[in-house]
Amino acid sequence: MATINDKNSHALDVSGLRKSYDGNEVVAGISFTATPGTCFGLLGPNGAGKTTTLRCCLGLTAPDAGDIRLGGFDVPEAAEEARRRVGVVPQFDNLDPDFTVTENLVVYGRYFGLADTEIRSRVGDLLDFAGLKGKEKARIQTLSGGMKRRLTLARALVNNPDIVFLDEPTTGLDPQARHLIWDRLKQLTARGKTLILTTHFMDEAERLCDRLAILDHGRLITEGAPRDLIAAHIEPQVVEVFGDDVAAWARHHQGLGERLEVAGDTAFFYCRDSDPLLHALAGETGLRYMHRAATLEDVFIKLTGRELRD
Amino acid sequence: MIRTTALFQLPRPGLNWFPVWRRNFLVWRKLAIPSILGNLADPLIYMLGLGYGLGNMLPEVSGVKYVSFLSAGTVVASTMNAATFEALYSSFSRMHVQKTWDAILNTPLSLDHVLAGELVWAASKSLLSGLAILVVIGALGLTQSPLALWAIPVIFLTGLTFAAMGLIVCSLAPSYDFFMYYFTLFITPMLLVSGIFFPADQLPAAVHAVASWLPLAHAVQLARPLLLGEVPSNIFGHVGALTLIALVAFYVASVLTRKRLLK
Repeated sequence: MATINDKNSHALDVSGLRKSYDGNEVVAGISFTATPGTCFGLLGPNGAGKTTTLRCCLGLTAPDAGDIRLGGFDVPEAAEEARRRVGVVPQFDNLDPDFTVTENLVVYGRYFGLADTEIRSRVGDLLDFAGLKGKEKARIQTLSGGMKRRLTLARALVNNPDIVFLDEPTTGLDPQARHLIWDRLKQLTARGKTLILTTHFMDEAERLCDRLAILDHGRLITEGAPRDLIAAHIEPQVVEVFGDDVAAWARHHQGLGERLEVAGDTAFFYCRDSDPLLHALAGETGLRYMHRAATLEDVFIKLTGRELRD
Repeated sequence: MIRTTALFQLPRPGLNWFPVWRRNFLVWRKLAIPSILGNLADPLIYMLGLGYGLGNMLPEVSGVKYVSFLSAGTVVASTMNAATFEALYSSFSRMHVQKTWDAILNTPLSLDHVLAGELVWAASKSLLSGLAILVVIGALGLTQSPLALWAIPVIFLTGLTFAAMGLIVCSLAPSYDFFMYYFTLFITPMLLVSGIFFPADQLPAAVHAVASWLPLAHAVQLARPLLLGEVPSNIFGHVGALTLIALVAFYVASVLTRKRLLK
């Protein structure tokens, strides 16, 4: 009995997940759990295995090995049952272009076996939540990118799910639209919903996620609360120095920071105490610099490297 | 192992495909009038133009006026075209361009439900197409027997068969251009050898023998006698052949589409 309860206390429980395509292991044995009412982030460079992991969790791809429990159901065996309690905001908008805003919600609700009256009774609240009040009869082509994203979020909530998957929900949005989405996602966790989020934006992950995992080459390289990860992996102070010939200057003053990285015309000093370095910089006229606290992005870059991923 | 069995298992759509069918119906309803007129105009022009124009130069064909002979062929041919277009272009656009299927797969519905919904939808649309022609044929007095009403289930079955075959092509298509091969290499030749425009026994014996296996040939051999007020011969053979082709094609389409979308 205890074990059953333990299993059900997780919204999503993944262990030992593996998936290969043509002998190329895209997901190489990853495990994580998401607690109800929290936001769990999956971060990683392009090709790290995030999307494949999400597809496995939703039962759209059968894993080669590993166990997945979603909302108390085994996936992929009982994936259809599990998806009844799940909402999905996909990476690319796939709203129905032939329908109005309301029709999009009604038609989508029918896929969950909901009666039209039930769905229509929810439309007002959903559009309120998404900031789309008054757009009931608008056609999809007339909506801005941000509106489409918000409608996609509203659509994902049509079945009142316990768990919401969000695959890069703010990619391509302007800052205003992004802040609105963030605000709504926080409201969702406040209502007890579990969010599973993938993103490229480290500030987004830092703001929204209670816990997050960083994936690279199909492996989970670290996991924890954003603040804890920063504290564990990175010196608290970062000084970015830019300018001509910064590389030589930086190597000469390497001792002023715990760690130094040079990328292009920028030198990154990671320091516990940045005063001596700032002092040295004060006398330099040819260099500009920026002093800031360490962020999740620094952790990400340290763990996954600076080279481009395509 | 999970993967292999799931890939090849028989489709189990149950009745949950209905919301998918309903989605397509709702889109169609918005464009119903131009859609019906478009489906009606082309085949009617051919039927009346060839039927009366060419028909006036011909003696009776298979014992009836040429336009009467051609009318049954027109019904099944336009059913085939409607089902094929829907399962190729429209399904492909929902699967590949609009990603409608991806959106549906994130709900409790599975690919089996999506494909069954698409299959029945394409067949429904072709039924409307075939029915519209049938009504015009009746109005022109080209068919007078109540047996012609039995052509309705024949039209629907023909639609299912060509929709299922179309879904195979859809599952393999990299882009819309791909469908041209299916039309020029399969649909058009079949149209000419299945007894639509002229009796198939006019063909060389070898061609006729092969052609009689084609789905359109089975369909026309059911529809033509019914429209002329006769009971078709070998009903079970033709119905069985169409049903078997539909089932096998739908299974193959299911496996291929799983391979494409659920990898």
